[in-house]
Amino acid sequence: MAEPQRARPKPTPETQHFWDGTKAGELRLQRCDACAHVYFPPRPFCPSCASRKVSIFKASGKGFLYSYVINHRPAAPGFTPPYAIAVVELDEGPRMMSNIIDCPQTPEALELDMKLEVAFEALDDKITLPVFRPVKG
Amino acid sequence: MRRNQVAVVGAAETTELGIIPNASQLQLHADAALNAIADAGLKLSDIDGFATAVETPQQVCHYLGIKPTWVDGTSVGGCSFMLHVRHAAAAIEAGLCKTVLITHAESGKSMIGKLPRSIPADSLQGQFEAPYGVYGPPSMFPIPVLRFMKTYGITHEQLASVAVVQREWAAKNPRAMMKDPITVADVLNSRMIAYPFRLLQCCLVTDGGGALILTSADRARDFPRKPVYIMGTGESVETPMVSQMETFNSSRAFKVAGPLAFKEAGITHKDVDHLMIYDAFAHLPLFGLGDLGFMPYEETGKFIADGNTRPGGKLPLNTNGGGLSYMHSGMYGMYALQESVRQMRGIAPAQVPNAKISVCHGVGGMFAASGTIVFTNER
Repeated sequence: MAEPQRARPKPTPETQHFWDGTKAGELRLQRCDACAHVYFPPRPFCPSCASRKVSIFKASGKGFLYSYVINHRPAAPGFTPPYAIAVVELDEGPRMMSNIIDCPQTPEALELDMKLEVAFEALDDKITLPVFRPVKG
Repeated sequence: MRRNQVAVVGAAETTELGIIPNASQLQLHADAALNAIADAGLKLSDIDGFATAVETPQQVCHYLGIKPTWVDGTSVGGCSFMLHVRHAAAAIEAGLCKTVLITHAESGKSMIGKLPRSIPADSLQGQFEAPYGVYGPPSMFPIPVLRFMKTYGITHEQLASVAVVQREWAAKNPRAMMKDPITVADVLNSRMIAYPFRLLQCCLVTDGGGALILTSADRARDFPRKPVYIMGTGESVETPMVSQMETFNSSRAFKVAGPLAFKEAGITHKDVDHLMIYDAFAHLPLFGLGDLGFMPYEETGKFIADGNTRPGGKLPLNTNGGGLSYMHSGMYGMYALQESVRQMRGIAPAQVPNAKISVCHGVGGMFAASGTIVFTNER
């Protein structure tokens, strides 16, 4: 029997641009053309002012560690505990859930407010996940 | 809504709580309902309004043989029953029905006849949270905790003391699952679940249920039990994705629902004799004390660690032992409501002497929803 797999996102018409972006090595956010609000997750209107005039742009990929847990049990399929489930605050404002790579999964190494940058992890030929690593130096 | 126009006249939990291997989830609904109907001295045919969550109203009404003229299937997680109380009070006041039955049951441990919970891969949660290894509430609900601790200077020991104090309450309750005393060291040495939380800071997983019966305050005088009046109510929702909360320093849903209920009841914090704050995990009482305005967030951890919420303390909190020590079938809000009603009737196993006002505050999902009810036993 095959090992249970890590949960794989299935894009919708509203989120396809985001997943096309990660596959191309870009973290794409949306900005309202009317009020300049930057938001996530994707949707074809502004959740702040309701305008349908919104643009997709390439985000800086920079942010900081807002909060996290280090999950020990039960572990999700495809994960080896302990592993951190983090929330990253992007420099553009929105927050997103992610994992932190190239970093020990310990409270000592995972310091709140540490600077992070996006990296991309291909799950298969369709889906690439944005993850984050500590900024060196 | 006008205060004290509707009252709880029937309240009961399932005959057994804990591990119930001989009943399906649907039968647990019926067991709680039949106990509440007996408690109120009613017949099933007297019920003309019905509310439940997870299971549909039609499922439970058909099983029980109820023919309602008003139903509410609001299902926003564990505080759904607080919202049902609020909606039922409005419906009774509006004349849509006279006698409302609210049921909850969950075969949370034995998993008999329990509906599957799954996250579709094309939902927003399925796309933007599930791929990062979230797996059930223990991996999600504590995600805000480290930020909350850093912002307000809350310590691990203070968060451990929540479980210690609630075990003191549970020790007084014959129906509590966990009654043996524990120390802060016991909590901090228990098995790691999702750092910063350990086993004793996470809720139990049990089977059980409960039911409430509400009617107008004018009719309530004719019932066998002391009426418990609905003095104030509040509700709100925020987001189904914990990562998308406005901030981890508070809960927006709590900050809407709680103050609404206080305003409607016309009370201040000094008037509160008894408090329930849904404790699926140890941080929830701290969020609740801050978001409901009892004190600045910075003081919440110390307030509990100093013993102010323990038996004999100035603000008795989670007096049944809570989701951490009493029971937690998955949607604990009903059990918090049951304890508030017992306290207002004066029959709780750990009765707060002369309690006249009880605030019962619930959470749904991971801070996704909230409902608050203020009860009183004086009209």
